[in-house]
Amino acid sequence: MQPTALSGGFADPAIAAAHAFRAVMEATARPGTIHEITGAAPPAPLSTAAGTVILTLCDTDTPIYLAGAADCADVRSWIAFHTGAPIAGPTHCMFALGTWDALGPLDTYPKGSSDYPDRSATLIVECDTLTATGATLTGPGIKDSAALSLPETAAFQANARLFPRGLDFVFTCGARLAALPRSTRVT
Amino acid sequence: MKDLADDHTDRKAWMGLLAKAPAGRVTALLDASGPRPAFTWLRQPEIGSTMVRGRAGATGAPFNLGEMTVTRCALRLETGEVGHAYIQGRRKDDAEAAALVDALMQSPAGATTRAQVIDPLAAERHAAKATRAAKAAATKVDFFTMVRGDD
Repeated sequence: MQPTALSGGFADPAIAAAHAFRAVMEATARPGTIHEITGAAPPAPLSTAAGTVILTLCDTDTPIYLAGAADCADVRSWIAFHTGAPIAGPTHCMFALGTWDALGPLDTYPKGSSDYPDRSATLIVECDTLTATGATLTGPGIKDSAALSLPETAAFQANARLFPRGLDFVFTCGARLAALPRSTRVT
Repeated sequence: MKDLADDHTDRKAWMGLLAKAPAGRVTALLDASGPRPAFTWLRQPEIGSTMVRGRAGATGAPFNLGEMTVTRCALRLETGEVGHAYIQGRRKDDAEAAALVDALMQSPAGATTRAQVIDPLAAERHAAKATRAAKAAATKVDFFTMVRGDD
């Protein structure tokens, strides 16, 4: 096993996971806000924020799909040691991780059903930049409107039309994170 | 998998001894063998439960026997060896000691650790098994058939 696979976990799991969970919850509750999130030191090419989200939200019951460059032996064994989460394909995953180009197309991910809208995937999108500029966001949790540097808008508009079904997104860049739940309208 | 099984028979044996050792025994033996080496945690000791599965007669279909409490941890010595521990019960101190022993067994000091920790553990376990087997043997009833008169 690679030496990177074993290191890079939370130093104090209970407290670090609670902080990270709070940050993810705040980001989802107020789409467009950017939060700092640290604690994990995942192997390349994962960012700190993406690794911390994985450690906080994933366990043996949540299959992860690794897209593109994220699907390497280092990352697989790191996830296996620290979370025990199984690696799955895009049709059966609960979390997907990769860059926006690697993750597409979005049709393949589970979007939940009308009876069980929670049985849908959460996509963790690795971004080169993450700023509060660009596409305009409106909807629950946003007072007037917010802005976020999304990779595109059409896919998110189509996703919002599926409500209450649909995908949720977490954007990560370095140690920063923002979220876009399915309830947010993008223009 | 075939190669792994061959390489790890020895380690499996000492991991099994450490996992099944009585409470406090590994800690006592390790402390008696000298000062503890410096290490960093890869995974702090944590307590959880695991499902124990069995097979009837060791060959039947697997079934869930029941859950048992397990303490696990992982650490790395300053010299680079990584030690893991999965032990029965809720004993974080023993898990730390067991992981240290596992790491030391892979280091150049492995022979000393084997003599001072693993061999006594193995001897105690063997003695305990023999005592139990002897107690059971004393109650054994041999059934045999006398020669019947009819043939």
